[in-house]
Amino acid sequence: MRQPALPRTPSTRLRPRRVLRQRLAFLFLWMAAAAAVSALIAVVAFVGVRAVRVLNIDLLLTSPAGGLSGEGGISTTIVTTLYLVALTTGLATPLGVGAAIYLTEYAGQADGRRKPALLLLSVARFGVETLAGVPSIVFGLFGYALFVSALHFGFSLLSASLAGACLILPVIIRATEEALRAVPQAYREGSLALGATQWQTVSGVVLPSALPGIVTSVILSIGRVVGETAVFYVTLGGSSDLPRSLLSPGRTLALHLYSLAMDTRAFDKAMGTGAVLVLIIILLNAAISLLSRHMLRIRG
Amino acid sequence: MQRRCLIDRLMQGVLLGSALLSVCIVLMIGLFTFLQSRLAWQSIGPVAMLTGTAWRPGSGRFGLLPMIAGSVLATLGSVAIGVPLAIGCALFVAEVAPAPIRALVRPAVQLLGGIPSVVYGLFGMVVIVPLIRRIPAPGNSGYGLLAASIVLAVMILPTITSIAEDAIRAVPREYKEGSLALGATEWQTIAGVTLPAARSGIVAATILGIGRALGETMAMTMVIGNSVVVPAPLTQNPLSIYLSPARTLTGNIAVEISYATGLHESALFATGVTLFVMIMVVNSSAHFLLRSRSR
Amino acid sequence: MRRVSVILLLAVVLIAGCARATPTPLAREQATAASPVTEPEPNPSPTAEPALAGRITVAGSTTVQPLAEKLATAFRAANPNVEIVIQGGGSSVGVKSAAQGIVDIGATSREVKDSERTEFPDLVVHRIAVDGVAIVVHPDVPVDSITTEQVRAVFAGDIASWKELGGPDRPITVVAREEGSGTRDFFQEHFMKDRDILARAILQPSNGALRTAVSTTPNAIGFLSFGYLDDSVKALAVDGIQPTEANVYGGTYTAWRYLNMLTRGEPAGLARAWLEFILSDAGQQIVTAQGYLAVKR
Repeated sequence: MRQPALPRTPSTRLRPRRVLRQRLAFLFLWMAAAAAVSALIAVVAFVGVRAVRVLNIDLLLTSPAGGLSGEGGISTTIVTTLYLVALTTGLATPLGVGAAIYLTEYAGQADGRRKPALLLLSVARFGVETLAGVPSIVFGLFGYALFVSALHFGFSLLSASLAGACLILPVIIRATEEALRAVPQAYREGSLALGATQWQTVSGVVLPSALPGIVTSVILSIGRVVGETAVFYVTLGGSSDLPRSLLSPGRTLALHLYSLAMDTRAFDKAMGTGAVLVLIIILLNAAISLLSRHMLRIRG
Repeated sequence: MQRRCLIDRLMQGVLLGSALLSVCIVLMIGLFTFLQSRLAWQSIGPVAMLTGTAWRPGSGRFGLLPMIAGSVLATLGSVAIGVPLAIGCALFVAEVAPAPIRALVRPAVQLLGGIPSVVYGLFGMVVIVPLIRRIPAPGNSGYGLLAASIVLAVMILPTITSIAEDAIRAVPREYKEGSLALGATEWQTIAGVTLPAARSGIVAATILGIGRALGETMAMTMVIGNSVVVPAPLTQNPLSIYLSPARTLTGNIAVEISYATGLHESALFATGVTLFVMIMVVNSSAHFLLRSRSR
Repeated sequence: MRRVSVILLLAVVLIAGCARATPTPLAREQATAASPVTEPEPNPSPTAEPALAGRITVAGSTTVQPLAEKLATAFRAANPNVEIVIQGGGSSVGVKSAAQGIVDIGATSREVKDSERTEFPDLVVHRIAVDGVAIVVHPDVPVDSITTEQVRAVFAGDIASWKELGGPDRPITVVAREEGSGTRDFFQEHFMKDRDILARAILQPSNGALRTAVSTTPNAIGFLSFGYLDDSVKALAVDGIQPTEANVYGGTYTAWRYLNMLTRGEPAGLARAWLEFILSDAGQQIVTAQGYLAVKR
């Protein structure tokens, strides 16, 4: 190459075909990004514009009039969604975080002599990795056959939250493990060297530094539960009344949207429900990014 | 001192308990699903099930081929549309975009990933299906594989983009600088150095996207038409197969599980197992591909 | 260490607090005008009590669903301490969930099949209404009448264009229900006989979804319960007979079936009271008001 021209200063001496190819390729990249952004704008704007007509405080505060009319608001579905989020995360978080702590801090730190712990670790890793790739409808299938049908919990909050907890358990275990592993080994060694017990080390040193990561994983799973339809479609029943007990059926926001879109012609109401859903997701995303910023600040 | 040790013991027990319980749950889900499907595999036969073209639970015929074809074709379609866009997007955000535009595109893509799938289904039903209906072809109702592929493509785009972007960013700067210093253009650097170096990450991202596409349920039932038919081209043009209605494995489970009993229910579990095995095959073949190439 | 437990505790309290605090304003709204919901004792004692209280769950046919909702509302107005939960799913869901005790009452829009009778021998059938099945098309289709043979030919795929039915030369889009549907079973028996519905038909999982699909898809045709007919779809005359109540009563429109409620064993307590209410004059008036037909006894 005679002319060591820097590529950043497009020179006429560069071979035009190379320049042309780059132009074309970059054009494609710009278009790809534009397509992604316009897909977002299309979905959000479309839902938003049609939602504006129905989106008001009444929609949020009145209950749906009944399964098929499409009349009424979405109040009961918001409450049911909250119930379900509380129940699923309430069930799965302690279990998942506890399991992850054991796997990383106890089994993971165990030496070669403790075979059972290592076996547990590898079985758990395999199971969690595999389940993380399983489609949600399989959890629905499982939940329906076991909780709804075999255990006679019926279509109910209980069945749905148990199935939902199974869905997010691998998510929480995986994310918590990652957060724990990111804590420098020196922290643990320092604490143990000062004479702290293993649990004192875990609770006093490891958990505080891993907490933002753990909370992020919980928020992620909340988002998963809020947006999930398939699992709850086959376990929650779909009644639009407010659940009165654990054994009552119910309908989440996402299920309500599905039912409005499929069974009624109240597309505007469906868009309104969709807008509320998207808003919740935006808020959860914001919470996560706030947390991760916080995390970065702590780590310096 | 005593008390400390007691608490330590206690907590270890509690944590071990939750680990054991979690592992049990995880294993139980897998085991339960496989066991429930056994009846169907045994009484219908794996070959008859996987190659049968008729799914009529009412008359005892359980062929999964229409649903397998539906799932595979919808996923292929979404990959064909979504993967180039996603990789383009990832390259754009990681390498090309000016900072202010990057600040715009990135959160947009992230948000796209958070939107619940029913919202996409609704959008597909109200916007995309009527648009596709305008394509002139006999038997084209708008509901079908193309609508499903487009909706899926939008859904997998954010997953693939964010992971591919991480992979591209992880390519050492020296590689790029070396290439640029040798006189390559930016695009030559991207195509010749960055992309190959980030290959494994990009493949992993694509696999995750495929997994998500295969597993999507409710949005599919809203736009794909749910017909139990092996898709076939509507016109001379083989691509018109995408205008055909279809049904996915996931949709098959969702639509029928609540009234299935006995063999029918077991056949739906077999549907779930088929789906699961397909995802495993995709995952492990990708691993294999990556390993054999890197040697 | 303290800090973590405090934070965790706080989180738990917050979550629990949310769960407990949120429903109150809405729950108040929910409890219709009547007395504050004295939580019904969860003892579904088989003997009917003078003051009705408790909960029954109903699942099944989406044809019966809107009717059952209205019947439940009316029943609840007289018995405020009663909760009736109604879900769809399709007739086969009704049979299965009633037989297995997943719900108290199953709803079907078809007769219980012989296979189901042998599988679940203790099912008791209560006929609650009569419902017609109409052939519906997209409102823009310029065809008003169809014969039974034509219906069969269209749904079997022999006739593919509206031209053969006197309309423009446009391809017909066939929309049908999925297999577990009682309306589909009835349609199969009444119109299709031994022919199968063509495989390429768009399948929808409920009456409402079928109506949505037909009303938004040009050139579409489908079949729909009378209770779902509205101005978003056009109902065709079959063999020259309009699908109206009068014609069903008069015996000229023959595409009708009973709507049923199923119980496992003879119903008792609340379920029985509700079924009695449905068959009372007041109940049957609601049936007719909703576009279905009262049961002839």
